[in-house]
Amino acid sequence: MTMRGVVASSAGAGETPRRSLEAPSPRYGEKAIKVFLAACGGLSVLVTTGIVLSLAFGAIDFFREVPVHEFLFGTNWAPSFTPSHFGVLPIVTGTLNIVFWALVVSVPVGLASAIYLSEYAPNRVRKTIKPMLEILEGIPTVAIGLFALMFLRPLAADVLPFLDWGGVHSIGVAGVAVGLLIIPLVASISDDAMRAVPRGLREGAYALGASKLRVSARVVFPAAISGIVAAVVLAVSRAVGETMVVLLAAGARAQITANPTDSAQTMTAYIGQTATGEIAFGTVAYYTIFAVGALLFVMTLIMNLFAIRLVRRFREVYE
Amino acid sequence: MTNHLTQEIARPRPATAGDVEEAPAVQHTEISVRPDEFRQRGPVEHKEKTFELNNVSVSYGKARAVNDVTMDIFHQNITALIGPSGCGKSTLLRSLNRMNDLIPSARVDGQLLYHGADIYGPKVDPVQVRKVIGMVFQKPNPFPKSIYDNVAFGPRTTGIKGDMDEIVEKALTRAGLWDEVKDRLDDNAYGMSGGQQQRLCIARCIAVEPDVILMDEPCSALDPISTGRIEDLMLELKERYSIVIVTHNMQQAARVSDMTAFLMVELTADEKSRWGELIEYDDTTKIFTNPGDSRTEDYISGKVG
Ligand SMILES: Nc1ncnc2c1ncn2[C@@H]1O[C@H](COP(=O)(O)OP(=O)(O)OP(=O)(O)O)[C@@H](O)[C@H]1O
Ligand SMILES: [Mg+2]
Repeated sequence: MTMRGVVASSAGAGETPRRSLEAPSPRYGEKAIKVFLAACGGLSVLVTTGIVLSLAFGAIDFFREVPVHEFLFGTNWAPSFTPSHFGVLPIVTGTLNIVFWALVVSVPVGLASAIYLSEYAPNRVRKTIKPMLEILEGIPTVAIGLFALMFLRPLAADVLPFLDWGGVHSIGVAGVAVGLLIIPLVASISDDAMRAVPRGLREGAYALGASKLRVSARVVFPAAISGIVAAVVLAVSRAVGETMVVLLAAGARAQITANPTDSAQTMTAYIGQTATGEIAFGTVAYYTIFAVGALLFVMTLIMNLFAIRLVRRFREVYE
Repeated sequence: MTNHLTQEIARPRPATAGDVEEAPAVQHTEISVRPDEFRQRGPVEHKEKTFELNNVSVSYGKARAVNDVTMDIFHQNITALIGPSGCGKSTLLRSLNRMNDLIPSARVDGQLLYHGADIYGPKVDPVQVRKVIGMVFQKPNPFPKSIYDNVAFGPRTTGIKGDMDEIVEKALTRAGLWDEVKDRLDDNAYGMSGGQQQRLCIARCIAVEPDVILMDEPCSALDPISTGRIEDLMLELKERYSIVIVTHNMQQAARVSDMTAFLMVELTADEKSRWGELIEYDDTTKIFTNPGDSRTEDYISGKVG
């Protein structure tokens, strides 16, 4: 400021200082970085497209052999037996069972932790718990699966001895384990959503003589509801997609059941198991994997689109 | 001394030459608030003390924001807190209904009595304090709920008995909002104008029937018409409540308040940091026409701040 003032005054009225307006160097580095970044972005788009296309082609081959309605509405799932059956409903209900139990565990616990973190926890506590949650999110799912099989399942049989615990596999135990796995996700996103609620709203409620519980439950929670719903939707997506835990803890019997002590196969468990076993390329059983994968993809896509829309609405809510 | 303040004028109006001549109280400074802007008032009545502040200091962590304020705030008065930005007006105001408790680092020292009872006493429940001492904020902060639910929130919280529809209608009427919103009570409050939102916040506040209303720059985001409505409302509410208002608007302080406190940022004794101090506290008329401290005079005449 002062410098320029001095220069201008010493230059006098006649001399206009001339400084080039052109770039001093061609800046190749910057251009290279731009190309590199674009390539990275392009790669992920390419990979996604590739996945979708390979699923689609496999699924198309599958539906040449099996009618769509038989696949979608059939109740007998035995693709690698003879005679084979391709009714997908048993493994869809298997998945839904897992999702149900996962939500029963993760939504209440996750939301309670989120309310605690965002409204009650002193800063210091929050700062330690939040990163711990994020670490929990990163625990390998196979470890959780083993934990469910070796620890939760016997525990469940001890705690609830009056139930008929058949084999080592149980939908309920697997679902609960998936729930444990996604608690951090629900807690973390809901906590973010509640903390995004403007402080002014809380103060407004406190100034009316509301207690902390009332402020949390009646003002912050409803104001953050879309973000919270988005968290739940993401949790559902995650539970639908979870493979390792259900493979280990829920078993591989494709059956329509609502009994949590039964074993059941889910869509992902089917894919995981079949794709790792021996399977002849080009057979219908081979293409079945793609059909189930495509269905799974469509299901999670719909859920995620739903979640994205909710998140967007949640951003607009205070405008 | 107030002989020349005979006209009852609540709003500023263009100055006339006569007015200027008729301002004998101030000889040496040109005060930016002209006498004609004062509300007609008799001598201020100091019936009953609502608050007694004895050596009140408020700190955030180690930094003291307000130092050693001693003043009495009176019942059925409007008390204005004025002063430059950062002098601790909001901080002081928020210590009156324990809103500062919500800031973990905030600490209040000294004695703060409400009708003789220590607001920071060991048995006092801050939630209860805020039911009795309400607050309206600078930025309108309605809940993202319907207009009706906004007003009903407080009474539902405090468990006020009675017909909720009636309570809501009464509060909105007293806030001067009823006619504008009676047909859209179920609409979201965010669809209202800023001025309407602020009056909704006032309605929400009076619906809990507090004894005191604290207002932190309630009109700073509003146009003159909305401001005028809220000022009229304050004058009306003062018949039943005590009101403490923070304002940056000298004319507003002059128009509505009975007592004015002027705070300022001062260097601490060791000259290492700054804090807010109460410079002068007196009848509004006195503060604006014949201030006892040259710093007050400089501030209200627009020389500093
Ligand atoms: N939450 C907080 N944490 C730490 N310091 C704060 C906090 N709130 C206010 N302060 C400090 O306290 C001092 C007084 O702030 P305060 O908001 O009370 O001033 P004010 O007079 O209301 O100013 P304005 O007119 O700008 O609203 C300032 O120095 C400010 O930085
Ligand atoms: Mg302030």
